[in-house]
Amino acid sequence: MRKLKKVFVTFISAIALTFGISSANAQDTIVLGSAISLTGKYATNGEHTQRGYDLAVKLINDKGGVKVGGKKYNLAVKYYDDESNASKAAALAQRLIEQDGVKYMLGPYGSGITIAVAPVTEKFGVPMVEANGAARSLFTKGYKYLFAVLNSADQYLSSAVDLAADVNKKAGKKPSSLKVAMAFEQDAFSLDVKLGVMERIKHHGMKVVIDDALPKELNDMTATLQKVKALKPDLLIVSGHSKGAMTGVKQITDLKVDVPLIAMTHCDAASINKKLGAGNGDYVLCGSQWHKSLTYKDNYFGSASDYAKLFEKVYGYDPPYQAAESSAALLVFKDAFERANSLDQKKVRDALAKTDMMTFYGGVKFNAGGQNTSKPMVMFQVQKGENKVVAPVKWAQAKLIWPAPKWADRK
Amino acid sequence: MFADFDKKELTGLAFLLFLGISTPYLFSGYRIQMAELFLFMVYASTWNIQGGKMGYNTFGNIVFFGVGMYVCASTQIAVAFPLGEWTAAGGYKTFVHTPQQYFLGIPLGILLAGIVPAIIALIIGSALLVLRGHYFAIGTLGLGIASGEFATSLEIIGGGQGMTVPFWPKVAGLPHTFLGGGVNFFFTLSFLLFLAVFFFLRWLYKTRFGLILTAIRDNEDKAESMGIPTMHYKVTGWVFSAFFMGIAGGIFGNINGYIEPTEVAFAGATVGVFMVLMTILGGKGTLWGPIIGAFIFQLFKEFFWTYFLGWQLVALGALIIGIIIFFPEGIMGMLRQKYPALFGEVVDEEARLAQVTINTDD
Amino acid sequence: MILLQAPFLNLQALLDGLMVGAIFAFVAYGMALVWGVMNIINIVQGEFVILGGYITFTFYKMGLSPFIGIPFSFLLLFCLGFLIYRTIIFRVVSRDMFISILATFGISIVVQQLMNIGFGSQVETANSGLGTSFLFDGNITLSHIKIFSFIVCLLGASAVIYFMKTSKLGRAIRATAQNARAARILGVDTEKVYCYTYAINAAICGLAGSLVAMTYTLHPYIGLPYTVRSFMIVIVAGLGNFPAVLASGLGLGTIEEFSAYTLGQEYRIGFVFLMLVLILVYRSRKLAKKREYLK
Repeated sequence: MRKLKKVFVTFISAIALTFGISSANAQDTIVLGSAISLTGKYATNGEHTQRGYDLAVKLINDKGGVKVGGKKYNLAVKYYDDESNASKAAALAQRLIEQDGVKYMLGPYGSGITIAVAPVTEKFGVPMVEANGAARSLFTKGYKYLFAVLNSADQYLSSAVDLAADVNKKAGKKPSSLKVAMAFEQDAFSLDVKLGVMERIKHHGMKVVIDDALPKELNDMTATLQKVKALKPDLLIVSGHSKGAMTGVKQITDLKVDVPLIAMTHCDAASINKKLGAGNGDYVLCGSQWHKSLTYKDNYFGSASDYAKLFEKVYGYDPPYQAAESSAALLVFKDAFERANSLDQKKVRDALAKTDMMTFYGGVKFNAGGQNTSKPMVMFQVQKGENKVVAPVKWAQAKLIWPAPKWADRK
Repeated sequence: MFADFDKKELTGLAFLLFLGISTPYLFSGYRIQMAELFLFMVYASTWNIQGGKMGYNTFGNIVFFGVGMYVCASTQIAVAFPLGEWTAAGGYKTFVHTPQQYFLGIPLGILLAGIVPAIIALIIGSALLVLRGHYFAIGTLGLGIASGEFATSLEIIGGGQGMTVPFWPKVAGLPHTFLGGGVNFFFTLSFLLFLAVFFFLRWLYKTRFGLILTAIRDNEDKAESMGIPTMHYKVTGWVFSAFFMGIAGGIFGNINGYIEPTEVAFAGATVGVFMVLMTILGGKGTLWGPIIGAFIFQLFKEFFWTYFLGWQLVALGALIIGIIIFFPEGIMGMLRQKYPALFGEVVDEEARLAQVTINTDD
Repeated sequence: MILLQAPFLNLQALLDGLMVGAIFAFVAYGMALVWGVMNIINIVQGEFVILGGYITFTFYKMGLSPFIGIPFSFLLLFCLGFLIYRTIIFRVVSRDMFISILATFGISIVVQQLMNIGFGSQVETANSGLGTSFLFDGNITLSHIKIFSFIVCLLGASAVIYFMKTSKLGRAIRATAQNARAARILGVDTEKVYCYTYAINAAICGLAGSLVAMTYTLHPYIGLPYTVRSFMIVIVAGLGNFPAVLASGLGLGTIEEFSAYTLGQEYRIGFVFLMLVLILVYRSRKLAKKREYLK
C-alpha cells in the first residue's frame, strides 16, 4: 500500500516537472508561437521557414523593435517541432496558446498543417499570420483570425497553362488542340494546384490525356513518364512538393522524355537547377511566390535582392521563396502591432485586417477571407542552371524558351 | 458497485477520478493532454483485449479508430449540410452549424462512430482472424496502411485534402467559450469513455468470455478441441475493441479539429504502435497494465517534446527499444515478480528457488 | 486502357518491373536470411537500404563518382549491422517474434531520425552519369543505370548463394537455420553466426541502397515500403528458398509496375499492402484446410 502511494507521489511530481517549467515570459518581449516542421518529411522547408522568421526577428529587434503605446518591445518566437504531422501540429498549437500563453501565432510550413492549426487559433481568437499554407479551402471557412501573405495554391501553375496556350497560338496551333498530362500528389496543396490548373484547362478547351495521382511515399514515377512518352502531350504538369520535382526531373532525364513544356512546383526548394548535374533541370517552368530579381522594396530589408544577399550572408545559400514569405509575415505583424498601438488580440486582429503595405516580398493587403490579394505569382524557367523569371512580362528577365529542345539535340 | 474492489484498485480509481474531475478547474491549460491521456488509456485497454488477453498482436485496431473518426465527423456535417460540398476542394461556401444542428450531430455521430467500425470488425474479423501469430500482426499492419491509402482516394471525405470538423457553435447571449469552448466538453467525453471501457472490461474479464480469451491465448487448438467455437469469441472480442476504438476516434477527431487520412486518422506509425507499446510497458493481459503504461508513456512523450526539441523521436525510439529489452513483461509483470504478495499470490519460497534452479539448467 | 492503346508499353512495364523487382528481391533475400536463421522480422530493413543510399550519395556530393560509394555502403552497413546486433538484437534473438518486430521498429525510428538530422530531409539522388538506350525506334527506353543495378543485384545474390554453399561460415549459418540447438551441440558458435548473419543482411541492404540512390530518389522516410515489400516477397517464397525469393521479387516488381499503369501510381503502395493481406489470408486458408484433413 505504502509503495503504491509512493509511486503515485512520484507520478504527480513528475507531472509537475514536465508541465510546470514551461512559461517564462520576459518583460518587454512580444512572444509569437509557431509549431514548425523541424523533423519529418517537410523538415527542409520547415527550416527555410524558421530561418525566414529568425532573420526578420533579428532585423526588427536590431532596428529598434516594435513600438506599442510609446514603449519598445522586442520580438521573440517560441518554436515547437510538429514532426510534419498535422495531428501533432494542432496539439502543439493548443499547447502554445493554453500553456505557454502565446497570444499571436506564426504559421507552420505546409497547407495540410496550416489547415490543422487554423481551427485552433480561430477557436482561441489568436491572430495568426501564416506564410506557407496556400490551400484555397483555408480562406473559404470564414476564419477571422487567419492572414496569409502568400498567393493561394490554385494560382501556382494556372498561368503555366495560359503560357502554353499563348506560345502555341503564336506558333499557329489552336489551344483547344493541346494535350495536357498531369501528375499530382494527393495532398491539400497539390490538389489545390490541380484545381487552378483544371480551371484554365477548361477555359482553353484543352484535352487532358493523363491524370495521375502520385503517392506520398514517392520515389519512382516511371509509369507516368512512360505514358507521357507514349502519348506525347504538349504540356506536362507535376506537383508533389520537393520530392515530386526532384523525382520528376531525375527520371525525365533518365528516360529522356521530350515534352515541349514542363511545369512544376517547388523547383527552387528542391534546387533542381543545381542538384541533378549540369543542364538536366533546364527548361522546366516553375511557379513561385517570389524571386530575388523582383523590384519590391521596404525599409527593413531593402529590395528583394538585398534580402537575398543578407540571407546568403547569414545562412550561406540563396533564399527560396519559402524563407522570403516567412520573413514578410513578421513585417506584417510588426506593422499591425504599431498601427493597433495595443497588444490586445482583437485590436491587433483588426489592424491586421486593414493591412496595406509594401515589403521586399511584394504588396500585402488582405481580403475578407484573410488572403493576400495584392501580389501576383511569378513563373521562372531554369535556363543554363539559373532560375530566370519569364512571366509576368513586367519582371521578365529572359524570354521563355519554347519548345524545350529534344534530348537528342542537347549536348 | 465497488464492493469487489480492493484497496489498491480503489486508490488507483480515485486518482483517475480526481484527474478527470479536477482537470477542467485545476489544470485547465492541460485539458488537451489529459484528454489525450484518457484516450490513450482507451486505445491501450482495447488493444489489450486482442494483444494481451487473446494473444493476437494486432496492428489493425487503428483502422477502427480512423473509420470512427471519419464516420463521426461526416455525420456531424451531414445532419446539416451536404457532405460533398463541405469537403469540396477549395469550395467557395462557408458553412456554420447552428447549436441545434451541432448538438444533434454529436450524439448521432458518436453512436455511428461506434457501430460502423463494429460492423467492419465483424466482417473482416472472420477473414483475418484465421491468421496466427506474426502473420496476423503483419496482415493487420497491411490492412491499416491500405485503408489509409484508400481514404486518401475517397473524394467524398476530402481525400488527401482531409476535412475539418464542425466548429463549436456560437450561442446567442453566451460568450464564444461557453462550456470551455468545447474543450471541456470533449475532455469530459474522453473521460467518460475511459470509465465506460474500464468498467466494461473489468466485468468482461471476470465472465466466462474472459476465461475463453485467455484459453485462446494459452492454446487455441486445445480450446477448440474442447468444443469452444474460438472463431466466434475472437471475432466478438474484436467487435468490442472496434466499438470503443471507433468512439475514441470520433472524439479525437473533434478534439483535433482536422482529419487527414494517413497522419491523423489511420496513423499506424504513431497511434497504432503507441497503443501496443503502452500496453507492453504497463503489462500485457492485465486490467491495470495498459492504464499505467499509457500514463507513463504520455509523461515521457510530453517530456521529450518539451526538452528534446528536434531529437524527441530519437528519444522515443530509444525508449521503445528500452521498453522492449528491459520490460518485456511490463511494469505489472515486474511488480508481480518482485512483490507477488501484492497480487494476492502465495509464494512458496522453496518451490520458487527450485524453479530458478531448473531454469538455469537449461 | 493505355496498355491497349500503346502495346509496346507492356514490354516497357515488364522491363521496368524486372529492373525494380531485382532490387526488391535482393533486399528480400537479406530478410529471408535473418528470418530463417534468427527467427527475427527485421523492420529496420528499409532504413538500412536508405542509409546505404545516403552513404553513396555522400560520395557523389563530395564530387566523386557515386560508383566509388558502392563498396563503402556495403562495408559500413556491415559494421553497423554488427554493432546493432552486439548492442540490441542479441537481447531479443531468443524471444517471441513480436518482441523483435517492436525492437527493430524502435531502431528504425532512431535510424530515420538520425538520417533526417544528418542528411536533411531533402529529396536527394546521386546522378550516375550513365546514358540511356532506345530500342524499337525509341519506343522502349532503358536507362543504363537500371540495367547496371539489375546486374549488380543478380551478381550479388549469386555471390551470397555461393558463399552460403562453400564457405565455412556459410555452412555454419545454414546449419543454424536448420536446427540451432543441434548446431550448438556440434560446436557451432551460434552467437557468432547470428551476429554475422545480421551484419551480412545489413551489408546486402547497403549495397541495394547504393543502387537505389543512383536509380531512384532518397528520402529519410522512404524506407518502410522496402521493408514491407521484402516481407511480402519472403512470405510468398517461403524461408530458405532463395531462387523462389528471386522469382517472387521480380514478379512483385512486374505486378506493381502494371498496376501503376492501369490503376495509377497512387494505388501502388496501397495495392502492395492489400496484396499482402490477401496472400496471407489465402495461405492460412490453405493451411487450415490441411489441418482439417489431419483431423
